[in-house]
Amino acid sequence: MNRAGLLALQLLIAVVLIGIWHVATTVPIGGVKLLPPFFFSTPYDVGARIVKWLVEGTIWRHLYITLLESVLAFVIGSVAGVMIGFWFARQQLVAAIFDPYIKMMNALPRVVLAPIFALWLGLGIWSKVALGFTLVFFVVFFNVYQGVKEVSPTVLANARMLGMSERQLLRHVYWPSALSWMFSSLHTSVGFAVVGAVVGEYLGSAAGLGYLIQQAEGVFDVAGVFAGMIVLAVFVILIDVLVSMVEKRLLVWRPAPGDARA
Amino acid sequence: MQAASQQLGNAVSLDAVTVAFSVADGGVYTAVERADLSVAAGEFVAIVGPTGCGKSTLLNVAAGLLRPAEGSVRIFGEPLRRLNPQAGYLFQADALFPWKTALENVAIGPETAGVASAEARKNALAWLTRVGLGNFAGRYPHMLSGGQRKRVGLAQVLIRDPKILLMDEPFGPLDAQTRQIMGNLLLELWTADRKAVLFVTHDLEEAIALADRVVIMSAGPNAKIIGDWRVPLARPRDISEIRLEKEFHDLHREIWSVLKDEVLKGYAQSTLAGAAS
Repeated sequence: MNRAGLLALQLLIAVVLIGIWHVATTVPIGGVKLLPPFFFSTPYDVGARIVKWLVEGTIWRHLYITLLESVLAFVIGSVAGVMIGFWFARQQLVAAIFDPYIKMMNALPRVVLAPIFALWLGLGIWSKVALGFTLVFFVVFFNVYQGVKEVSPTVLANARMLGMSERQLLRHVYWPSALSWMFSSLHTSVGFAVVGAVVGEYLGSAAGLGYLIQQAEGVFDVAGVFAGMIVLAVFVILIDVLVSMVEKRLLVWRPAPGDARA
Repeated sequence: MQAASQQLGNAVSLDAVTVAFSVADGGVYTAVERADLSVAAGEFVAIVGPTGCGKSTLLNVAAGLLRPAEGSVRIFGEPLRRLNPQAGYLFQADALFPWKTALENVAIGPETAGVASAEARKNALAWLTRVGLGNFAGRYPHMLSGGQRKRVGLAQVLIRDPKILLMDEPFGPLDAQTRQIMGNLLLELWTADRKAVLFVTHDLEEAIALADRVVIMSAGPNAKIIGDWRVPLARPRDISEIRLEKEFHDLHREIWSVLKDEVLKGYAQSTLAGAAS
């Protein structure tokens, strides 16, 4: 299937779904609308709402806030995850001591932390960054830890035989291996950064996409909720495209999935 | 006195080397028992034995990657205490750095030793050209075929100009034709600059075609060296042609008569172990 054909089919799915939505909410069948517009809104209303946001320019500030929170959570979480993952993988004793705590913290549902972060850090962006951080950190941490631990013993032996010192091993073997594992989890960790930001906003804030959706829900403004969700979805897709581009550049040395020679 | 001077002339000499591993259930598994082996400077020695007999173990001992439980290892007369700095090691499995291009993989040896990057790369390109991969410098390992990866590995090891070359079934995973081509390439490079070579293989034909001496190991555990033949074939050799000569066949038959029993023993042990587990 070529790219254009694939894109056409993907668009077709959207058109069909929106078509069904439109018919079910506007055309009465036997006197009743299948989906009452009060609960489901209509595609037209939702579209009009998005256009209104864009024309009035109110949406940009919310998008900017959510983007800023996501980026900060991703960057801080990744840096901490890489450093601590690296440290734990190289120091087995440290890893063993902290192991139960890491597992405990990772098992904790992050939503319960949101009120505490709001309490500690206020309703501004930092409580959302903190929530995103707790999600991103563990994804990156586990991947980097794994990446350092699972360096091929043959590659390691080869590096030693080529005369590498411990420092050179770190630079040429452990580090690239850890980073490659981190990059391979890029989609997950970036996604989590956005989730952390939006959930944080939803639970208490004065700006951002999560705030927008929460406000609309508060007044039973279903069109506003759907409009917010659609903007969020497009936002996530755009970020994902960006991540794929970055990934393609950084992991050129990786065999594509299904590459027979790999 | 004579023995001592002879030892000095040897690139590698293993003296009554025993290698043992502690295993999971608390016991000790003796892989190799009292092995004596020497490789003279510039000599090409092949070790042949059944699968799992500890050939690679001996190689790792010579590389300094493994410490023997007993016995001594001398490299050019000096006792080996850490990694063997004189040795280049070509591994059986893929050992290239997957995140480096072919050129970077070859250049890393000199760079590690402190050679300036530009010069190391120039030299690396020259080596890639010598192994026939001058046009593949920018490729990553996964973009190369198995044979090409072995060529990069060969260049990676040889660019450091080691005095001793240790090879662990380096052409094992390759198809028959590629193995012959790689064998000829190896001989060509070796002829240009004779290093001491210790070449492990399970393929007796390959061993005879390449080596000056063929050493046979018994089936493990407690593998021992049970035979040592000099290969009288003239050099330069062509691997694919030499297999047709009568001398080759005679030697092959002679060594095989010894090796066959060990291969069967090794096979019986591995199937027994398989049935038990």
